[in-house]
Amino acid sequence: MIAVAAGTNRIDPYLIPALDGVAYGLLVFVAASGLVFCFGVANILNLAHGLLYAIGGYTAAALLDGGWVSLALALGVGVLAAAAAGVLLAGLLTPIATGNHLSQALLTFGVALAGGSLLVAGFGPDDPQVQVPAALEGSVVVAGHRYAAYRLVFIVVAAVLAAALYLVVRRTRAGMLVRAAVDDPEMVACLGVSPAWIRAGVLAAAGALAGAAGVLGAPIIGPGTDTADTVLLLSLVVVVLGGLGSMAGTLLAALAIGEIQTLGVALMPSAAPFLLFAAMAAVLAVRARGLAGRWSAA
Amino acid sequence: MRSGVIRRARAGIAALVLAGLVVAPWVVDDYTTAILARTLALALVGVSVALLTGVAGMPTLGQTAPYAAGAYACAVVGSRISDVGVVQLVVAAGAGALLAAITVPLVVHARGVIVLMITLAIGELVVIVLGRWRSVTGGTDGLAGIPAVRPFWGLPALANDQARYLYALVVVATLIGAVLLLLRTRAGLVLRAGRDDETRLRASGHRVPLHLSGAHIAAGAIAGAAGSLLVVAQQYISPADFGFDTSALLLLGVVIGGTASVGGALVGAALVIAARDWLFGVLPGHAPLVLGALFVATVYLLPTGVNQARGRLRPAQAPAPQPAAAEQATVAEVRR
Repeated sequence: MIAVAAGTNRIDPYLIPALDGVAYGLLVFVAASGLVFCFGVANILNLAHGLLYAIGGYTAAALLDGGWVSLALALGVGVLAAAAAGVLLAGLLTPIATGNHLSQALLTFGVALAGGSLLVAGFGPDDPQVQVPAALEGSVVVAGHRYAAYRLVFIVVAAVLAAALYLVVRRTRAGMLVRAAVDDPEMVACLGVSPAWIRAGVLAAAGALAGAAGVLGAPIIGPGTDTADTVLLLSLVVVVLGGLGSMAGTLLAALAIGEIQTLGVALMPSAAPFLLFAAMAAVLAVRARGLAGRWSAA
Repeated sequence: MRSGVIRRARAGIAALVLAGLVVAPWVVDDYTTAILARTLALALVGVSVALLTGVAGMPTLGQTAPYAAGAYACAVVGSRISDVGVVQLVVAAGAGALLAAITVPLVVHARGVIVLMITLAIGELVVIVLGRWRSVTGGTDGLAGIPAVRPFWGLPALANDQARYLYALVVVATLIGAVLLLLRTRAGLVLRAGRDDETRLRASGHRVPLHLSGAHIAAGAIAGAAGSLLVVAQQYISPADFGFDTSALLLLGVVIGGTASVGGALVGAALVIAARDWLFGVLPGHAPLVLGALFVATVYLLPTGVNQARGRLRPAQAPAPQPAAAEQATVAEVRR
């Protein structure tokens, strides 16, 4: 009995960071899945993806006032604004759609640079505070620990979102087209689906996902001058680690990154900066050829 | 016959530019001289980007990583161990090469846009590490008060901006000369051939990953050496010098200049960096907006420049651009 009690005591201090890691990981998953679609389906390396998240985050900061209505409003506006930005991006990309990835990367980076500067000009250089609904501001007791209610609700909502995403990609015609476009874009074009429409649709969907993540995740990765960079980096690492086309791989990679960023920091504060690097290197060192093979085939 | 004329014209222009660069510090003021010295360092990083993107076909957004490694290694050596330029240069190049060697397993098996993605992640992660590893890097405050460099044992320390600029110019000119010579050897030919047709090069018994690793490490050493020049020029460094925007700017410069040519890359990188520094001066606060618009405009207006950046990015069935026709022959040359 004593040994068991000692065991739980040793695990106990890490329960909260581990739970935080799940919240962080699910947030990164929702944000990164947009980038995965973009890259996998439309074959675009969208360096403005972090900007789409930041749009959601700033919307949350501007509209949330502690009530549920404002949360619904912020979610609606944030998703629409980020999806519209995605469509705009698709329009900008149209003239160079047949060009190479290098020009697409430079174009999307230019948009990210200009858009980020506009956001800062509109909302000011200070990181804004985000106010969650009053009912969620308190904390609840989880296994004897106090835990922020908002994060617990976020975990549930993000899990539902992830499950819905999975079902849409697996079961609907749109999802089938998306998966087919990853494997064989020319065949999908033969089916009479215009690549331009697929590109616009995918960028809009990616924007909507990033916008939703930005609004809901604002209390976790808040809006600020380096938000876009952070989210882009985390999403890129998820794509690199998770491989393409596999939702499960993306989810696993996102959760791993969440745990590294929270539990890893709690366990090894001094090594924290290197952990993300080390994880990426380790996975790629073991699976480099496999991942690269999958990618170059797409 | 005609190519000979072009070559002579190019050599003449290069000599004129070099002469202009030598007399520049006596024409412009000290502030501009200091900016020019920093631009030289960044142009040298641009050369390493061109080497990877244009010559080896590995488009990179992460050359700021070895650049940063070289700069910090040089700053630490410069403030604690030695103020001799040659020592600092060798240490910085070694640090850049070491970081590149560590990241080799991450990049050589990937191709095309995946390389962009992985190198971008590496560059960003290095900046994060620089910001957090306070005991060595000074965190986000950076390292300041690095003593003035003396080029060689027994020589006086470089006390003013003009001397530091000329030191940077000599080092950059020497290293670029070495790169140009190296590219004329078989190694350079094999790299180009691998970029144009990897399958055929593999079939003829060349170990492509080995060549790519070599190119990656060499480019890392060049970027590391450039890092030491940044330390000499600024005597101060912080993680902000190595952000993602610097990588993207360098890639844009290299693309504008034409990725396959080292000279073009130099001019392009210098132009873009100079434009950025000038914009930050005249448009405080709005420079990123203009810079972003510049990126978009460049992609639309310079499709030919961008299209020269071939690095395995274009689908195989796309027609080859005209100026590159001569280079398509490299595979045949290597096999001969």
